[in-house]
Amino acid sequence: MKSRYSLFSLARNAKNYHKDWEKAWRSPAPKAEYDAVIVGGGGHGLATAYYLAKNHGMTNIAVVEKGWIGGGNTGRNTTIIRSNYLQDASIAIYELSRSLYEGLSQELNYNMMFSPRGVMMLCQTEHEFRAFKRTASANRLSGLDCRMVTPGEVKEICPIINVDPNCRYPILGAYYQPRGGTGRHDAVAWGYARGADALGVDIIQNCEVTGILREDGKVTGLSTSRGEIRTKKVGVVTAGHVSTIMDMAGIRMPIESLCLQALVSEPIKPVIDCVVMANTVHGYMSQSDKGELVVGGGTDPYNNYSQRGSFTALEHTVTALVETFPIISRLRMLRQWGGIVDMTGDRSPILSKTDIEGLYVNCGWGTGGFKAIPGSGFVFADTMANDRPHKIAEPFGLNRFKEGRLIDESVAAAVAH
Amino acid sequence: MSKKPYRLSTGGTRIDRAARMTFTFDGKDVSGFAGDTLASAVLASGQKLFGRSFKYHRARGLVGLGSEEMNALIGVGSGNRHEPNLRATQIEIFDGLTAESQNRWPSLKYDIGAANTLVSRFLPAGFYYKTFMWPRSFWKHVYEPFIRKAAGLGKAPEGRDPDTYEHMHIHADVIIIGGGIAGLAAAEAAASTGVRVLLCDENPVLGGIADLTAGMIDGACVEDYAIAAAARLATLPNVHILTRTTVVGHYHQNYLMAFERVGDHDPAILASGAPKHRLWKIRADKVVVATGALERPIAFANNDRPNIMLASAVRGMIGRYGVTPGSTGVVFTNNDDAYLTAFVLKKAGVNVQVVDSRSRSDGALVKRAIADGIDVSLGSVISAVEGNLGVTAVKIAAYRKGQGRVITEKRVECDFVAMSGGWNPALHLWCHNGGKIQFDDSLQSFRPKSHTDDIVAIGGANGTMSVEATLIEAQELGKKAKKFKVEEPDRGALESIWFAPATGKYNEGNKHFIDFQNDVTAADLELAQREGYESVEHTKRYTTFGMATDQGKTSNLNGLGVISEATGKTIPEIGVTTFRPPYTPYSFGAIAGAHTGALFLPVRRTPIYNWHADHGAVFEPVGQWRRTYVYPQASEDKHQAIVREILSVRNKVGMLDASTLGKIEIKGPDAAEFLDRMYTNTFSTLKIGKCRYGLMMNELGFLSDDGVTVRLGEDHFIMHTTSGGADRIAAWLEEWLQTEWTHYKVFVTPVTEQWAQFAVAGPRARDVLSKLAPDFDISNEAFPHMSFKQGHIGGYPVRVYRISFSGELSYEVATPANFGQGLWNAIMEAGDEFGISAYGTEALHVLRAEKGYIVVGDESDGTVTPIDVGMEGMVSKKKTDFIGKRSLEQSFLKGPNRKQLVGLLTEDPTEVLPDGAYAVAAVKDKPPMEMIGQVTSTYMSPTLGRSIAMALIQNGRARMGETISFPLEGGKVMKATITDTVFYDKEGARLHG
Amino acid sequence: MIIVTCPVCNASGDETDFHYGGQAHVRRPATDDPANITDDEQRDYLFIRHNPKGLHFERWRCDRGCGKWFHAARDTLTLDFKATYGITELPPVELMKEAKGPWAEYFKARLKKA
Repeated sequence: MKSRYSLFSLARNAKNYHKDWEKAWRSPAPKAEYDAVIVGGGGHGLATAYYLAKNHGMTNIAVVEKGWIGGGNTGRNTTIIRSNYLQDASIAIYELSRSLYEGLSQELNYNMMFSPRGVMMLCQTEHEFRAFKRTASANRLSGLDCRMVTPGEVKEICPIINVDPNCRYPILGAYYQPRGGTGRHDAVAWGYARGADALGVDIIQNCEVTGILREDGKVTGLSTSRGEIRTKKVGVVTAGHVSTIMDMAGIRMPIESLCLQALVSEPIKPVIDCVVMANTVHGYMSQSDKGELVVGGGTDPYNNYSQRGSFTALEHTVTALVETFPIISRLRMLRQWGGIVDMTGDRSPILSKTDIEGLYVNCGWGTGGFKAIPGSGFVFADTMANDRPHKIAEPFGLNRFKEGRLIDESVAAAVAH
Repeated sequence: MSKKPYRLSTGGTRIDRAARMTFTFDGKDVSGFAGDTLASAVLASGQKLFGRSFKYHRARGLVGLGSEEMNALIGVGSGNRHEPNLRATQIEIFDGLTAESQNRWPSLKYDIGAANTLVSRFLPAGFYYKTFMWPRSFWKHVYEPFIRKAAGLGKAPEGRDPDTYEHMHIHADVIIIGGGIAGLAAAEAAASTGVRVLLCDENPVLGGIADLTAGMIDGACVEDYAIAAAARLATLPNVHILTRTTVVGHYHQNYLMAFERVGDHDPAILASGAPKHRLWKIRADKVVVATGALERPIAFANNDRPNIMLASAVRGMIGRYGVTPGSTGVVFTNNDDAYLTAFVLKKAGVNVQVVDSRSRSDGALVKRAIADGIDVSLGSVISAVEGNLGVTAVKIAAYRKGQGRVITEKRVECDFVAMSGGWNPALHLWCHNGGKIQFDDSLQSFRPKSHTDDIVAIGGANGTMSVEATLIEAQELGKKAKKFKVEEPDRGALESIWFAPATGKYNEGNKHFIDFQNDVTAADLELAQREGYESVEHTKRYTTFGMATDQGKTSNLNGLGVISEATGKTIPEIGVTTFRPPYTPYSFGAIAGAHTGALFLPVRRTPIYNWHADHGAVFEPVGQWRRTYVYPQASEDKHQAIVREILSVRNKVGMLDASTLGKIEIKGPDAAEFLDRMYTNTFSTLKIGKCRYGLMMNELGFLSDDGVTVRLGEDHFIMHTTSGGADRIAAWLEEWLQTEWTHYKVFVTPVTEQWAQFAVAGPRARDVLSKLAPDFDISNEAFPHMSFKQGHIGGYPVRVYRISFSGELSYEVATPANFGQGLWNAIMEAGDEFGISAYGTEALHVLRAEKGYIVVGDESDGTVTPIDVGMEGMVSKKKTDFIGKRSLEQSFLKGPNRKQLVGLLTEDPTEVLPDGAYAVAAVKDKPPMEMIGQVTSTYMSPTLGRSIAMALIQNGRARMGETISFPLEGGKVMKATITDTVFYDKEGARLHG
Repeated sequence: MIIVTCPVCNASGDETDFHYGGQAHVRRPATDDPANITDDEQRDYLFIRHNPKGLHFERWRCDRGCGKWFHAARDTLTLDFKATYGITELPPVELMKEAKGPWAEYFKARLKKA
């Protein structure tokens, strides 16, 4: 049993100069066999493992990670959490996720700093305005706490926004989810890892999967850089690299991997107390607790595994944000980076069984996976444990691409981040 | 000491003692000399305190000399010209400069936040992950606001930036990054081959640290060599020199960004209209990384106190500005280079002694120091520092490598420390573009691995610390190597010291700072290892080490050293964190360049734009276009004006500027067959001179565009698309032609901007046009609905389409764009007696909704098929293949319960359904409620005197006459009856009128 | 920002002067035999994509130059172009041989012919 984190444990440990803290998670060698193995130690994979252990009693399981946990998109995103999507299926999973986030710090005993500071999506054309009114209506009838706000309220919620009616894309209003916000991305991965580890899950870093072993259409195990691991259930949760892993099982995916650009400014005193998304001009911004403005932008247009910052997408985003938030002109970019996002044909995720028995896949979160981590892990664990799609996961099955049952969020003018 | 104890009476290569400058720092007047930095001038005034650290608010002074400075972050200017977080070491002073310290309250000297340091024992790395969780709501309302207020360094400016920025694009055969002796020599060598050379340096003056470097080149000191080389380069036509210009990013294929501070150092430059900053976008065949090396601090207890500086910075302060940090100093080093600082101090009359962690060095500089009588303590470290707001004394203890704690120590009074833990090659720009690195034992640092043809590193950046070897590397850029005669002192080996022991048990309670700005100590890094955050990326993120505004320039390697000692792994085994752009922070203004305000994004205007503006148009952005939404006249509000415009079209005549409508000429023997592939309906059967409305799907089977296409000849069509779809559809047609049906002989030519096009609509439309063109027969018989004619109206050549999006008698008149305003004026004038009125997009939308005409993008949303909107009849059964046809066969698209387009009439005709309102299967007290469809268009129809709407409702067509409920915000429920979508003139008599 | 060179008009430009058109050599089943397309074939055509980390074959358009579509072989990790070739053509034989995974499978039959 792990010792709990609290102000008291902090004080107790201070006495001894913090020399007695135990490891947040063990680093065990892989066992020969597990009841299930999750490939990919990002937020989604770790959450899946945690819920498999906690909700389904599957504790003889492992997470194998090629590098270090949380090192992919979990640690590279702009940490936005919201659930105000248009389609029923999306609302269901993102709202489950958002509501799990609300109590996650307490549940995991790890402060991931969920900050429901509000997410405001600007309406900058009549068309966008109407589209968000539609989303607002759908969300309200789904029970979400969201509302349209006027330009005056926009200015109140976020005083640094340019609401000049004569600017290129004047702000006609905004769609506001007060309970949306941000969280501390690394802490989500670490918190789930610590929680899963405490329940007996083996988290194995620096372990690259090199093959998915099968017999008679069933999964029998994995070959890895640290030897073969036998298991009858494999959950592939590898974000940008899912095509490569699924190729090992001969399954071709409806996925393309692109590089998404993000950046932060130098830290400044608080100027923006919510998340603002401006879809017409393609940019979004919030401020971290450290004071950095956190900015997300577009992807490079072509398949790209380079995981490096590029200038082109960034320039476009920053230009839009300087116009939207004129005061940032004299502030400075501190750091930029890129993350590999996997985009599906309808830009909605895949949470699915596959044609191979015991092989499950969770991917395609595109530019918006962070907000979905708890919900995704919750329903994917249920899907794996019971070998049938959880009700919320069902619409996200791979067969939708064959049936034409697409979940298209772009129709709401809302981009999927 | 004299009146100015810190400004020496002589010396200072950068300052002009004849030119005195006055500025304010924290409201107090400070004076300095032209050429001073804020750092040197403030230090000269006797102030050591420059800032407060991020977490503990510890008092901090200068550490560095240039862009590596991490403590002395300053806010400059006020109001909308305020700029936070600038490095004092890079701010060039001028008369009237206002500067202030940051992250302190109420003042720099007395900062409440410094209380954090008292409880710092409870605030180890990552403490916030372990607490602040109870009660749940406190994070948002109590803890987070407190933390946010405490964090964040400087403050943002207020209001819109009054200064300007610009971009420059430049190609170079060779770019040399860094104008130290490596860069200067390389530039001369490269220039001698005749190529175009771009030399960028972040400092105001070329030379790098030549002035801080020992040795002679061809009989001149290194500094004089640099001055002469810079002068020679300035005369060469093929060399472009940019100073105050930091190469901040190095991207794929040698694409580089350089950030030039054009007007920061002199308000007169800004006043002359020059930009504040300029961003150079550079593409270079060859990149030479000559960025030098950065001196690293040493981790000893309380090594962050004000007036503990890098040895090179102390040397630079004296040499460049004639400023000494104090009167008695201790040089603490693990290498020979820092002895140069001791010599400079001694020469300046400052008391100095050297503490060297190595037990011996055979280097010439060490021998000279001893010979000169400087007190040199080999095998020693600084184990403690006394003083809070400055240094009052240090303790010196005997040391040998690997020793964990100090037993005995002696106290030495002093008022500053110059430290040097060795030099790290500045690898950032090398690594941005994928350059590989390796660990070098002699440097105890990383250096570039293999060079490529188009990226090389030389000099300090390459780990080459000797002058002679640097010059030899630089000669590789020339055709034949120039020979230099170099004399420089032999150097003894450096010995790494990652952690200087202190009294007490190992690492208990002593703060050995690794990352100064973020307050990360050696103990924090060790804690991260202990808790399992072992990957260097985990350590970085858990402790925030290397994530401050200096991006770990001085701290990264020391951190790796500490981790190495804590884990027993070697530094190369631990690895480095990724070097991410930019090298130093640069302004968002520079990134946006001139693209702000009116120049943010180009606006597309129709030829009639100015007329619209002159006639009171309220514009709306539609894609890149600005279209007139409505023309309120005199005392009208928008709503009244819309009603007037609608009724004018219904009862008299109106004119709409439809020039934004997409127009594509399609020509060639296979044009008709090609259109049959593109549209759901058939165009090969269209008669010449006739128009046909067409629907397009994408390959997924969903509506993508619509419009009227006319056949001008056997092989010639003009296609109309939606305004928003014009470019997309033209590209889409071209793509299919080039990639799928490559054998088709068809040309596709987008001509949207070539034509001005107006809809003249209403019962008097014919009267208006006939008046202008008595010879042009547009009678119903000669020119029926859905036909096309060319001719002249009012003397202007026109293409006229008798098509209608309003349901009225309507002509769309197109004339070459340059004639547009003339024709528009002629029609308005002719129409005056018939009561003509210009109408905007909102009237257009109401008019079309009254007729049940769809707008792709309103009635459809990317998940809607032609069948869903009731246009099954337009989806050809005969054609074997057209875009999207096969997808309509997918089970979900032809499945049950699809949402179908219907009309809606509210129970109360005076109430208008809100945009996007959803209908539910059954109204419940509270959500969730099962939704069965949504409103797609909704208006008050002035024609009908009641509200109308269209909606996509599950199985809508089977539910005609059914009343459905729309629960609105606030609990109100609106009821509406399902009808067909045509509300007005169901027979279509008017458009045939 | 990567540099693209159009094999049709030989213009070189920044990536923003070109348009990326996704995976190359995707067969549109309806063009050949519209009456007999399985749901699987249609799905593969619409959605399934090779997505290699490394050598990839794709379509680009010379947007601000000659307007022509062309094929390119590009490394998705280094972003370097290995070859460009006509929109109706197959890649150079050595690149077909170098291809891995699903691409290798795709080129196998074609290499035999070539």
